[in-house]
Amino acid sequence: MTMISEKTGGIALLQGNESIARGALEAGVTFCAGYPGNPSSEIIETLAKAAKDLPIYVEWSVNEKVAFEAATAASYAGCRALASMKQNGVNVISDFLLNMTMSGTNGGLVLITCDDPAGISSTNEEDARLFARMGGIPLLEPATAQEAIEMTKWAFELSEAIKNVVILRSVSRLSHTRSSVQTGLITLSDAQPFFDTSKPYHTFPVVAKHEARNQKLDQAREIFETSHFNTYEGPEAPELLVISSGCPWNYAAEAVELMELGEKVGLLKIGTTWPLPVRLLEKYLKISDKIMFLEEVEPFLEDNVKSLAAQLGHRVGVKTYYGKMSGAVPSCGELTPGLVMKIFSDIFHLPGNTGTYKDEIDTMIADKLPVREFGFCPGCPHRASFYAIKTALAWDDRNGFVSGDIGCYTMGIWPTGFNQVKSVHAMGSGSGLACGYGKLERFGFDQPVITVCGDSTFFHAGIPGLVNAKFNGADIFLIILDNSATAMTGFQPHPGTGITAMGDVTEPVLIENICRSIGADVEVTDPYELKETAERIYRLMKKTGPRVLILRRKCALVQGREGGFPFNMHVDPNKCIGEDCGCGRYCTRIFRCPGLIWNSITGKSEIDRVICAGCGICVDICPQNAIIREGKVE
Amino acid sequence: MSKADNMPLNLIITGVGGQGNVLASQIIGKAVVKKGFRVTIGETFGLSQRGGAVMSHVRISKNKNCGPLVPPNMANIVIGLEPLETLRVLAEYGNRDALFLVNSRPIYPLNVIAGEVEYPDADWIKDTLLKSVKKLYWMDGTAKAIELGGPIMLNMIMLGALCTIKNFPITVDDLKGAIKNIFPDSKLKANYMAINVGSGIISVESKS
Repeated sequence: MTMISEKTGGIALLQGNESIARGALEAGVTFCAGYPGNPSSEIIETLAKAAKDLPIYVEWSVNEKVAFEAATAASYAGCRALASMKQNGVNVISDFLLNMTMSGTNGGLVLITCDDPAGISSTNEEDARLFARMGGIPLLEPATAQEAIEMTKWAFELSEAIKNVVILRSVSRLSHTRSSVQTGLITLSDAQPFFDTSKPYHTFPVVAKHEARNQKLDQAREIFETSHFNTYEGPEAPELLVISSGCPWNYAAEAVELMELGEKVGLLKIGTTWPLPVRLLEKYLKISDKIMFLEEVEPFLEDNVKSLAAQLGHRVGVKTYYGKMSGAVPSCGELTPGLVMKIFSDIFHLPGNTGTYKDEIDTMIADKLPVREFGFCPGCPHRASFYAIKTALAWDDRNGFVSGDIGCYTMGIWPTGFNQVKSVHAMGSGSGLACGYGKLERFGFDQPVITVCGDSTFFHAGIPGLVNAKFNGADIFLIILDNSATAMTGFQPHPGTGITAMGDVTEPVLIENICRSIGADVEVTDPYELKETAERIYRLMKKTGPRVLILRRKCALVQGREGGFPFNMHVDPNKCIGEDCGCGRYCTRIFRCPGLIWNSITGKSEIDRVICAGCGICVDICPQNAIIREGKVE
Repeated sequence: MSKADNMPLNLIITGVGGQGNVLASQIIGKAVVKKGFRVTIGETFGLSQRGGAVMSHVRISKNKNCGPLVPPNMANIVIGLEPLETLRVLAEYGNRDALFLVNSRPIYPLNVIAGEVEYPDADWIKDTLLKSVKKLYWMDGTAKAIELGGPIMLNMIMLGALCTIKNFPITVDDLKGAIKNIFPDSKLKANYMAINVGSGIISVESKS
């Protein structure tokens, strides 16, 4: 890990996100802020580690908007600054982003967005590049980890050259790919922050500032015309010109090699994807009549190049385009080498991969492979919480449901959370929706609604909903699933944990104090006490007005790292009577903890010793009291 | 990337969250970089810590970095930490020349635990793999790992075996060197033991 802050360069094995961090350090970044979210989290984590050796400041902010605002302040004061987030974070910062881009910057300011094609670890699939176009902001897209280092470093220079923010877009596949890279020298920041009061940053007069922003974009375009991040490889007049950006370029290059298409296909890799370098594109649009676009998520390059081609008119001539719009390239999801090879096979009428090995194997294994559904970890407090919620809603029997939010507990939509969660969208949206449900009673709505929100999510965007509920008298019952970490993204600290990104001890912000000061009734309990928790939820459901139940229990993975749980579990085979019980295999069929398995030979339940964490909560669910919890013998 | 020297070498490590897959791929990466090779490791994890599948694509080459994903049916070696997940990569990445190194111990998906679907029969998985690839090593690595101190030792056992495969670019000693700064001293000895146990698996069978 120390290789990140190694001052001299060399060959290193770095993840894409580490490469971005390294590029920022080589640029002499001073101030870094972000909010955790896969696939971006490792950027700030890496920088926070480097802060032990280098004169930089790194923080996990309460949300992305504050992170980007804090970084922008550092830029105003003349420091090189970076903010990093996942695609959804850019949505959160968008209001500030589309304003600040009018007023410009001072020290180099780089916004990193890590998009997640196919939503591998996200609730949606989106293309944050569109914000670059909307905000008139230069956009860079690295295709490899090596480029991630070089482009990030250069992004700071570009930002200072045009005095505006620059966006660097990564995707999951790059962020989470580890490669051997050549690193350069680290520049030690010698920032002396100073805010020049004669040069204020605001958007007035609006039209003049808009014009100034557009001029900066033209300046960036001119720089991009000769950027070495845009490359062409292929014949002088290829049958097909492939224009690509980011990871898909790798797949296209390898497909051309494997399919021996080097004499037919030219690859134009665009690293500077907004604003498009016009003269460069004119030059290459002229060399082929067939143009293909390979990019991930939205047809961003495709739309913009086509618009440019229309503008250039007869100078480039009429083209046939292959991309997401023509249907040649899938309109959604992630591209892969296999998909790109298939796309090329279709275009060049080459035999595909049918009737081959893959077909043979698929025929053999057909539908015999069970899907591996997502589930809460063994010992996860969320399983206990949703079990208690399910129990209370069943007692109440008025068709109640759960309004969900973003975190591990989003999985409450699936059987692992007993399918209790009925809506999930954006950070903090659970409480916002609850404000609406909470005012529908006057129109005859009588279903109870429980809103769940994690601890980090509550700080991020959950508070306004609760304030609104108090203000408007909405009947809201908020359960805060406090596992004392931003668990989903890798246990990053948040304001409630009492520790910062750089490891400094800080006074924790207490969730119960916030809720009480808003005027909500607040109770706190341990979800591992299943029965007590269910009874408490049931009782609170009957009350009215804003009320908060904090279910506080440390994430089981964190507990595991801190020495684990104190119990050894086993199922007493004399007590478990299997199918004769009448429970319908309740522990394995309904409770669904991976630590409990069904032995079809003995017809009884068992503990999987490899998986069981030893939390002991399943003791309470067996009607025969067959699940036994014993203290660990050291 | 000439084919003559078997480069790039495409290795896939597949399994379930919590099996130490990503760490194993990083250790291999570190060791091959030290030997002067280029390496690219695509890691697919997503919600993996919550019971999902995890796959690492380790691509080793001589003089240029490969893309992050192995092209269809081009894996040279597959390390299966879990049998079902191994079978899942077979159609997409397997081929008649591939070598598969598989831990036979299942980690049951929740829908299997719940009795909604059946986990495929172990013999059927083994036979399907035997029929489909050039060489299969099928072992209860988890049982060996538990003997050594815990199921988490499985990944080092598998890496120990990997490094004894003919023409694999790193040796057992390279592997031991690579983990030196990764594990704390207190855990190093057990991991060396796991590597030794793993390295015995293939060589013993090759002799018989």
